[in-house]
Amino acid sequence: MSLLRTNDLIAGYGDFQALFGISLSIDEGEAVAIIGSNGAGKTTLLRTVSGLLRPRNPTDIEFDGSAIGSLEPEQIVARGIAMVPEGRRPFPSLNVEDNLRMGGYCRRTGPWTLQRVYRLFPMLAERRFAQSQTLSGGQQQMLAIGRALMTNPRLLLCDELSLGLAPIVIRDIYAAMPDIRAEGTTVLIVEQDINRALETSNRVYCVQKGKITLEGRPGDLTREQIKLAYFGI
Amino acid sequence: MYWINTIIQGALVGGLYALFATGLSLMFGVMRIINIAHGDFIVMSAYLAVVVVGLLGVDPLVSLAVVVPVMFGIGYALQRGLLNFTLGDDILRPLLVTFGLSVVIQNGLLELFSADSRRLQLPWLETASVRIGDQLAIGLMPATVFVVAVVVIAALELLLYWTDLGRAFRATADDSDTARLYGVNNRYIYAMATAIALSVMSIAGVLFGIRTIFDPTIGPARLLYAFEVVIIGGLGSLWGTLVGGVILGVAQALGAAFDPSWDTLAGHLVFLFVLLVRPHGLIPKTVGL
Repeated sequence: MSLLRTNDLIAGYGDFQALFGISLSIDEGEAVAIIGSNGAGKTTLLRTVSGLLRPRNPTDIEFDGSAIGSLEPEQIVARGIAMVPEGRRPFPSLNVEDNLRMGGYCRRTGPWTLQRVYRLFPMLAERRFAQSQTLSGGQQQMLAIGRALMTNPRLLLCDELSLGLAPIVIRDIYAAMPDIRAEGTTVLIVEQDINRALETSNRVYCVQKGKITLEGRPGDLTREQIKLAYFGI
Repeated sequence: MYWINTIIQGALVGGLYALFATGLSLMFGVMRIINIAHGDFIVMSAYLAVVVVGLLGVDPLVSLAVVVPVMFGIGYALQRGLLNFTLGDDILRPLLVTFGLSVVIQNGLLELFSADSRRLQLPWLETASVRIGDQLAIGLMPATVFVVAVVVIAALELLLYWTDLGRAFRATADDSDTARLYGVNNRYIYAMATAIALSVMSIAGVLFGIRTIFDPTIGPARLLYAFEVVIIGGLGSLWGTLVGGVILGVAQALGAAFDPSWDTLAGHLVFLFVLLVRPHGLIPKTVGL
């Protein structure tokens, strides 16, 4: 049985519809990437799964066999879905350690503790009492990932980890993925960087204008197929 | 010696003003709500103490044991049942609703207690004082008020910086959507913030009622003092409100020493002066709390 399933998911902002029937499923332990250009609906999809946006039907989203489309974000995180939001969004008036502790607010237990996160990102331990705004973009991204891991999620949603970061920093951040997956966490990443997405995942969905245009294993997809699905040309 | 005495008395009154201001600062800090009914809740707490003292025959200070939990409950219910629905992008809505509340509370108190002035009696503390040297005397009541203010502010600081709830307050103030992603129920957090704000206000209200006479219409003036203290001290800074309170208290005391009718005026002038030279207050904190 799949861990996360969306059934013909429709969602949007007010009168503006952004998702036009997205059906995908993710098994426990998988790493799945969603690629697509700007405005394709990738972030909307993650915001809907995490509860910040309501889908049209509560049954459009199922997690671990039960519909979660009508739950509040704080209830969804308690069930084990954590999100690394687009733009990282650290809490500016909290220092690094307090930001991480906020991840522990929902009190789910599991492998991820402050110590474990500090082992994954030693830089965060060095700067634990620094204000989060004084961190570089890459460090803030590590903080955002660590904060999400502190909720001990079964499914980790990562929105545009590479956004605005230098290639070398992106590499450092993705280097943490094997460790995260080794703890049994299922990962769903949204990414514009296609190569990064193909490298990191077992399976890829391509989204265009709110619909899925391609699905497959990275090895089975040709560049032509991806280009067509990504740009629609 | 006369001036030193005046400054000390003013500074001690500043503790009360700081207590007036902390609730306002907390509600604005966490929810960006400006509670126009703030002063009326202070007066309402004083009347609540009158009722408790009347019913149980206890000392006004002992009545705090009832007044504070009741105001905590009222704060929680008020936020959950009413003010949460006014939150959003439009800051005018909570402003209008609390303005309405202010009118309702004033008239409700007028209906229940009439327009007569009341006072909470605490003779053993009101008249007691400690002599320092042969020219200075510090009243035990003003000193108690000041100590209570320091203790309450220190307790709030501890709550904000050393507990999960406080961390959630600060995170929600920064970015409530992101806080929800980590399990924070912001409706509950807001209700707790208002509950704590009203609890602190109720302590201020009872101490105020012991210090001076009150009637149902004096709430808005307390709101004005609270505003001035918050602006002088710096928005969102709790120790700043203590500094602001002391400055306002000293200014009023010095003004009154020149001419008894100048006390409020002197306070307003200092407030305007700070607004001119340090518009963000003396100890500003711009982000969150």
